[in-house]
Amino acid sequence: MTSATSRPTPAAANPGTASATAQPARPKPAPPTGTPVRVTGAQSLVRSLEAVGVEIVFGIPGGTILPAYDPLLDSTKLRHVLVRHEQGAGHAATGYAQATGRVGVCMATSGPGATNLVTALADANMDSVPIVAITGQQTRGLIGTDAFQEADICGITLPITKHNFLVTDPVEIPRTIAEAFHLAATGRPGPVLVDIPKDVLQETTSFSWPPELRLPGYRPTTRPHGKQVREAARLMCAAKRPVLYVGGGVIKADAAPELLELAELTGIPVVTTLMARGAFPDSHKLHLGMPGMHGTVPAVGAMQRADLLVALGARFDDRVTGVLESFAPDASIVHADIDPAEISKNRRADVPIVGDCKEILVELLAAVKAERANGHTDLAPWWETLGGWRDTFPLGYEWPADGTLSPQYVIERIGRIAGPEAIYTAGVGQHQMWAAQHVRYEHPRTWLNSGGLGTMGYAVPAAMGAKFGRPDTVVWAIDGDGCFQMTNQELATCAIEGAPIKVAVINNGNLGMVRQWQNLFYSGRYSQTDLGTHKHRIPDFTLLAEALGCAGLRCETKEEVDSVIHRAMAINDRPVVIDFVVGKDAQVWPMVAAGTGNDEIMAARGIRPLFDED
Amino acid sequence: MTKHTLSVLVENKPGVLARVAGLFSRRGFNIDSLAVGPTEHPDVSRMTIVVAVEDLPLEQVTKQLNKLVNVIKIVELESTAAVRRELLLVKVRADATVRSQVLETVQLFRAKVVDVSPEALTIEATGTADKIEALLRMLEPYGVREMVQSGMVAIGRGPRSITATAVR
Repeated sequence: MTSATSRPTPAAANPGTASATAQPARPKPAPPTGTPVRVTGAQSLVRSLEAVGVEIVFGIPGGTILPAYDPLLDSTKLRHVLVRHEQGAGHAATGYAQATGRVGVCMATSGPGATNLVTALADANMDSVPIVAITGQQTRGLIGTDAFQEADICGITLPITKHNFLVTDPVEIPRTIAEAFHLAATGRPGPVLVDIPKDVLQETTSFSWPPELRLPGYRPTTRPHGKQVREAARLMCAAKRPVLYVGGGVIKADAAPELLELAELTGIPVVTTLMARGAFPDSHKLHLGMPGMHGTVPAVGAMQRADLLVALGARFDDRVTGVLESFAPDASIVHADIDPAEISKNRRADVPIVGDCKEILVELLAAVKAERANGHTDLAPWWETLGGWRDTFPLGYEWPADGTLSPQYVIERIGRIAGPEAIYTAGVGQHQMWAAQHVRYEHPRTWLNSGGLGTMGYAVPAAMGAKFGRPDTVVWAIDGDGCFQMTNQELATCAIEGAPIKVAVINNGNLGMVRQWQNLFYSGRYSQTDLGTHKHRIPDFTLLAEALGCAGLRCETKEEVDSVIHRAMAINDRPVVIDFVVGKDAQVWPMVAAGTGNDEIMAARGIRPLFDED
Repeated sequence: MTKHTLSVLVENKPGVLARVAGLFSRRGFNIDSLAVGPTEHPDVSRMTIVVAVEDLPLEQVTKQLNKLVNVIKIVELESTAAVRRELLLVKVRADATVRSQVLETVQLFRAKVVDVSPEALTIEATGTADKIEALLRMLEPYGVREMVQSGMVAIGRGPRSITATAVR
């Protein structure tokens, strides 16, 4: 799920003049200072963040980062949001970045402050989200002595960041910040950490902007190879059963309009992965839905029976492919991605295309138009098959037999009432899959979730970050009762700092997805999945919400669902939490069980459409 | 599995070795040998990495290595088109009774003696892995008391050179 940002749009991604390493030209922000001025390292840091276009920083101060917080107090350009836990800062930066396309920023002190960022950095790394983390570090002389609150955060985050820096000389601060933002935003985006010792922040140094970037080993390819694009176009016009396999890279490249044009020109069916929901309108007749473990039967079936997969900014993740050996057995593969290492990593590509998804799609459109002049295959028989699956196996759910509230219904109604202009975030588990399935997405950057790492607790802080990035947009966090109890402390931040998000706690009293697996694969032996939220009403989510400065609502019946959602939509002066008390036995279907092939997809328990057709 | 020799030009910065070594271990690739040292350019170091993998995983290794920001260039050196050397220092038991035989072996392998004491000789040898192995086999009967070996370094044959053009 990858892409490039050679576009000039993200203001925060413009570090000024590019280095001599042939980066694409980008507009220069007006330099705040021409000639070097004498400042402290901390002032240099704040000025650099301002110069690079940062408008908001999520963080918590502490011992070693203290010097940076002093000039922050005087900055008129930077807003700092004081979070309650550094993980919240990290996910907020991610939510902000995913909602806006700009680089998200979080800040923490050394030691535990920095290690609390680790989960959020790993999350952003897996989902290729551009964020920059600034951490304080013990003074240079104490590094390596196990000093108070010392942790080797560069060593710790080495495998989970795109890159990281330890700044050992204050004069390097402007260049390091510029390089960090450039690395985060360009090529395959990702998290970058900048670790700065306390005495480096305190020392007097000189500041001048823009600095020269020195990244001799960093030259992402954005322009696709013409010959490969023409070969892809030829295959697309000749294929009898083609599928456009769309990943998150299309959203990161802001390439949704070009994708729509290509799909409509060719009539090729589209599937959008978990990371790409919203890249193509759900209402569009060419859209088959989400592929993968909990994908639709038409989407999974189309990929399995395809003779050509055109993967755009996708990475053949195991949750999409199922058992690799039996994935799309008859398909040739066109694989377009900004990251050359993704191509042929899991599935060998017949036509590899390295580049920015937007540039690729623009060139592919032109090539397909030219190729179609020589004729193209009739896709009507293919659509007949797909239409059959679509009619027989539409995405749906059954009302729970015990009469309890259906979680899918709740999520579906939130989607209908809040509409496709709203932003939706989710935690990880059953509610996440239902939110991916039953909310109808029409626009990119309206569905934010933790796809690769699967981070429970992502929803609330990510919704907070999204709300700060797009304050005029309604932001819903669709969360589970398990996830919600991991990060709900950030609701205090939302209430105090003015982020009136709406949280739907899909409260089934259990770690629902784990319980589903125990039901299916462990003979219904429910080990440690009952949170007691139902039995004891601990915590009482409405009271918890009120305690955190939010409005707390509860809904336990189908009749109340619409009215409570409307009540939540009407509250805009503070965050709202709705405790939706739902049944614990609802399951996510369709499902490709882990360790099986996609042909064995079950539309519902015991119903295997593709397996049974033969 | 086949052995491949990679020449990797990296920025001469702290922590680069950890980045490269960490990448190999977390992606599940074993390093047979690794040698690092300066190059003709002060900002650039050169690593010679020997890794035993099939062709497809090798492609994945080089692509992942290329993604490291501090890695400037990677070239695979084909064994026929490169000069490859390892360095061996070995301390062999050699009292008066066997000393002349040991010295004869040293001469045969064009190795040299770099330290002498009444009961032992320290021998320095450079060469390919095969030659070093053969020498050690010959010395073993006398009693190898201690040995240390470097990783392999390699350079391509002919007038062409691997340089960090991006740095210049």
